[in-house]
Amino acid sequence: MIEFRAVTKRFDDGTVAVNQLDLTVEAGIITVFVGPSGCGKTTSLRMINRMVEPTSGTILVDGQDVRAADPPRLRRGIGYVIQQAGLFPHRTVLDNVATVPLLSGWSRGRARHRAAELLELVGLPAELGRRYPAQLSGGQQQRVGVARALAADPPVLLMDEPFSAVDPVVREGLQDELLRLQDELDKTIVFVTHDIDEAVRIGEKVAVFREGGVLAQYAAPAELLARPADDFVAGFVGRDRGYRSLSFVDSGEVALDQVSTVAIGQPAGAPTAEWVLVLDEQRHPRGWLPPRSTVEGAVTEAGLTPGGSLYQAGTPLRGALDAALSSPSGLGVVVDERGGYAGVVTARQVLDLIERARPTATGAERGH
Amino acid sequence: MDSILRYLGNAGTQREILDRLVEHVYLSLLPVVLAVLLAVPLGWCTHRFRWLRAGLFGVANVVYTIPSLALFVLIPAVIGTQILSPVNVVAALTIYTTALLVRPVADALDAVPAHVVAAATAMGYRPLHRLLTVELPLAVPVLGAGVRVGSVSNISLVSVGALIGTGGLGVLFTDGFSRRYPAPILVGVVLTLLLALVVDRLLVLVQRRLTRWARAGEVTGG
Ligand SMILES: Nc1ncnc2c1ncn2[C@@H]1O[C@H](COP(=O)(O)OP(=O)(O)OP(=O)(O)O)[C@@H](O)[C@H]1O
Ligand SMILES: [Mg+2]
Repeated sequence: MIEFRAVTKRFDDGTVAVNQLDLTVEAGIITVFVGPSGCGKTTSLRMINRMVEPTSGTILVDGQDVRAADPPRLRRGIGYVIQQAGLFPHRTVLDNVATVPLLSGWSRGRARHRAAELLELVGLPAELGRRYPAQLSGGQQQRVGVARALAADPPVLLMDEPFSAVDPVVREGLQDELLRLQDELDKTIVFVTHDIDEAVRIGEKVAVFREGGVLAQYAAPAELLARPADDFVAGFVGRDRGYRSLSFVDSGEVALDQVSTVAIGQPAGAPTAEWVLVLDEQRHPRGWLPPRSTVEGAVTEAGLTPGGSLYQAGTPLRGALDAALSSPSGLGVVVDERGGYAGVVTARQVLDLIERARPTATGAERGH
Repeated sequence: MDSILRYLGNAGTQREILDRLVEHVYLSLLPVVLAVLLAVPLGWCTHRFRWLRAGLFGVANVVYTIPSLALFVLIPAVIGTQILSPVNVVAALTIYTTALLVRPVADALDAVPAHVVAAATAMGYRPLHRLLTVELPLAVPVLGAGVRVGSVSNISLVSVGALIGTGGLGVLFTDGFSRRYPAPILVGVVLTLLLALVVDRLLVLVQRRLTRWARAGEVTGG
C-alpha cells in the first residue's frame, strides 16, 4: 500500500507540479495515474522512490515513511519501468535484466540465472539475452524493461508510460501481457499514462489528474466513465465514454440468431435474399456472400465480402456492438473460445441488452 | 644508408635507442593516463554544474595555446623541480592533455540519454557507481577520440622535451644535430612516427573492444 498524505511538490522555478495530493494506492492491484501532459504524473511517481523529494507532505510505502530509507536501497525494492525502456545500451539484454540483483549483491551466476527466468516470464526467447538493446524492436525493449524491473521481485512496481512509444497493436499486446503477469504476481503497480483508453483497460483504480497537479477523481474505471466527478473529468474521458463504458458491461447470455452458412470449397446453392456467412473447415468465419449473389461452382475465398470484427461470447458488450456495427450485413458474428462460428447478433439486440443491464436502481425498486 | 646500418649495428647505440624508446613511451603516455584521471572529475563537474562550463573551458583553451617549450621551462619554476627533470615533461603534457580532454568528457556525459541515467538511478545505483559503470562506458566513443589525439600529440611533443634534456627519442635528434650525423636523426624520426602509428592502432583496438555495443545496432537481426 502506498499513501500520499498532503503531498506537494514545488520546483525551484516555482512550478507547482503536485498540489496537496491525498491518495491511497491499494496493495496488489494496478492503479493508473492519468491526465494531460504536465499534470504531475511523473513527479508523483518519482516521489514514491525519492527520485524527486516532496516539498511538503508525507509518502508511506507499507506504512514506512520513504524519507526514513536510504534512497538507493529503497529503489532496489521498488521496480521502475521508464518511458522508452531506458535500457543500458552497453550491456546485453541479460545483463540489463540482472542489474538490480547484481546491485543487491547477488553472485553473477545467480543474477544471470534469474534474468533468464524473467525473459521467459515476459515472453522473450532466451537467445535474445545475448543481444544488445539496439538489436531489439521497441516492443521487445519494453518487455526487457518490465523484466528488469521485476528481476529482484519487488512488491511495488512503478511504470511511467511504459508502452507509449510502440504502435497501437503492439501496445495492446503488451497491455494484455501485463494483465496476465499481474494475475500471477499480484504486485502493487502504479501505472502512468496520458491515454484514457489504456487507463480504463488496465487499471482497477484510476486517478485522474488535472493541470496544476490536482487530483480530479479517483475511482474504478466503470465508475469514472459512468459518473465523472466534474466537467474536466467528463471532458477528459471523452465523447465516447458511453461507448467505452460498454467494456465493463458483461454480456450475460446473448440470445443468438442463426444465418445460413456455406463452407469454402462447397457450391453456394441457389441465390437467396439473405446474407450468407462463409466458414472454413474449422468453422472460422471468413467473410460474407451478399444477397442474391450467384457463385459459379465452389465458393472460394477470393469473391467474399470481408467480415467485420468478431465477438467472442461472454466478453464485454463493447465487442458485440462493434461486431454488429462493423459487419457488412449488419449482423455481428459471434464466435466461441476456439474462434468457431456460434451465431449472430444485431446492434438492436445488443442495445436492448445494454438497456436491460443498466439501472440497478429500477431493479432495486422492484425488489421493494 | 651505410652510415645508418653502421649506426644501428652498434650494440651500444641499440641499447641507447631502446632506452630512449621506452623513455618516450613513458613520457608521452603516462600523462595521458593522468589526464584521463583528472579530466573525468573535471568534465563531470562541468556536466553537473553548468555554470562552471564557460570558465573551465576558457581556461582549458588558454592552456592549450601556451607553447610547449614555454610550459616545459615554466613548470620547474611553478612546482619547484629541477630544470632537467623528466617530471617537468610529464607535468606539462598532463596539463595539455587534461585541457584537451575536459571538453569531450563533459560533452560525452551530456550526451548520455537522460532516460538511461534516470533508469540507472531508479534501479538503485549510487551516483559514483553510476558514473563509473553506466555514464563513462557510454562516453567511451567520444572520450576515445580525445585520448587518441592526446596520445599522438604527446608522442610528438615529447621530442621537443629533448631540447631541455629530458630524454625520449628526441635525444637522438639533438645528438645527431650536435654531431652533424644524420643517422640518429633519421632513426629518431622513423621511430617516433612508428610509435605514434602503433599506439594509435592499439587505442583503436581497445576502443573497439569497449564499444562493441555501439556497433550492435548496425547489424539488427544479424
Ligand atoms: N525538474 C523540474 N524542474 C522544474 N519543473 C519541472 C521539473 N520536472 C517537471 N517540472 C514541471 O512540473 C510539471 C509536472 O511535470 P511532470 O513531468 O510530472 O508531468 P507529467 O504529468 O508526467 O507530464 P507528461 O504526460 O508530459 O509526462 C510540469 O509543468 C513540468 O514542466
Ligand atoms: Mg511524465
